[in-house]
Amino acid sequence: MYPENFRYTKEHEWVLVEGDTGTIGITDHAQEELGDIVYVDLPKIGARIEQGGSLGSVESVKAVSDIYSPAGGEVTDVNQALADAPEKLNTDPHGDGWLVKIRLSAPEEIAELMTAADYRKYVEAEK
Amino acid sequence: MSAAPLRVTPLNSVHRALGAKMVDFGGWDMPVQYSGIIEEHLAVRNAVGLFDVSHMGEIEIHGPEAARLANFATTNDVARLKTGQAQYSGLLYEHGGFVDDILVHKVADDQFFLCVNAANQEKDFEHIASIGRFDARVEFASGRYAQIAIQGPKALAAARKLTSLDLAAMRYYWFADGLACGVPARIARTGYTGEDGFEIYVAPAEAGRVWAAAMSAGEEFGIKPCGLGARNTLRLEAAMALYGHEIDASISPLEAGLDWIVKFDKGDFVGRAALLKQKEAGVRRKLAGFEMRGRGIAREGCAVLVDGAAAGWVTSGSPAPALNKNIGLCYLPVEQARPGRAVQALIRGRSVDAEIVGTPFYKRAK
Repeated sequence: MYPENFRYTKEHEWVLVEGDTGTIGITDHAQEELGDIVYVDLPKIGARIEQGGSLGSVESVKAVSDIYSPAGGEVTDVNQALADAPEKLNTDPHGDGWLVKIRLSAPEEIAELMTAADYRKYVEAEK
Repeated sequence: MSAAPLRVTPLNSVHRALGAKMVDFGGWDMPVQYSGIIEEHLAVRNAVGLFDVSHMGEIEIHGPEAARLANFATTNDVARLKTGQAQYSGLLYEHGGFVDDILVHKVADDQFFLCVNAANQEKDFEHIASIGRFDARVEFASGRYAQIAIQGPKALAAARKLTSLDLAAMRYYWFADGLACGVPARIARTGYTGEDGFEIYVAPAEAGRVWAAAMSAGEEFGIKPCGLGARNTLRLEAAMALYGHEIDASISPLEAGLDWIVKFDKGDFVGRAALLKQKEAGVRRKLAGFEMRGRGIAREGCAVLVDGAAAGWVTSGSPAPALNKNIGLCYLPVEQARPGRAVQALIRGRSVDAEIVGTPFYKRAK
């Protein structure tokens, strides 16, 4: 369920690090909790974001939720497909439903995040 | 954090077995969704959906002066009801604000059955019982009833398989007592979705049997179990009020656009004097529907701006799954609450364009 090569936050975001690039999304647990997602608001390419800073928001039929960045950096790409197909966050949160890519400004921040095993335990404990 | 344990309906384990996402709804452990709000919403609009609404409360009024008490306690005219007929009505405080909005069913000349909101049921009972000036007995009957709603254009086709009652001949807002799945049931052609459908009251011990039978009966039509999430989006498209949102103790039926449930000519009732005064002075604010023109969903509590200044507030707002729009209800000064009026909603600090529109947003084809 939760890919081993991702790292996870307590706010239910994930980040996949490849070189100095971090791809960021929300977890399956997060999309499950939100329900049908109808809007995604994402930052502009070039925006600089700190770890824990706002990466925008996702809105479901029921409610709107902020997304917090698992790590700091500069936004290099945003998933434009989500504007027309926000439901990808429900159907493939760990794949096609990725939100943004950032160039990591402090790669050491990644070490502070949860591993897949930690996150699984964290989600279980939250239930 | 509430210290009290959540209350459960007799179908709690059924919901859990179906994989429902459960939430604390006013102290009740209720399913908010099963497969997803949009899918469930569309099932009700296009086919049929099944809801556990056993958390709703029931109050019975018996006795020689039951009709007089029911008429004094509520805003609509109970004297106009025939046996087997139901009406939407209001329970008000003396100052004209809502205690609750309810359904009144006339079971017999000396017997009335009220269906009331879950979170208000104890308050409603106290309110009616405290009137105490008529020869009638008020009974808190919620423990004796589970309630299952079957709603949608295929509700009749599915529900008629459960009973020998002639549901096809039953008119909207009428009800009958009979057997459903072989157990005593009260079946009313009522609902809270803007679709045709039935609400089935049975003893709590029989709820599981009726639920299972309804799921089987609806299978050929694609029936889906539906949670409170879809119930909310469905009622909002139909612009039906929800207590705690469009109506509460600070809001009168005249402000809520519910003038039609207030019958001034029927004689005295609790809240009449205050409403009459308000009617003569003219209401200042009114409930209005809006559609978002800009990108965004104005949720409950968002300020509504007219010409850049705060003029009102959103009571409910949501995507409308059957309409592909974002809609909502809001209170505005009467002179602004007119279809075509351009307004803005303040959404998380952002002013987003919207337009006042007529309601309901959705009306089923007859």
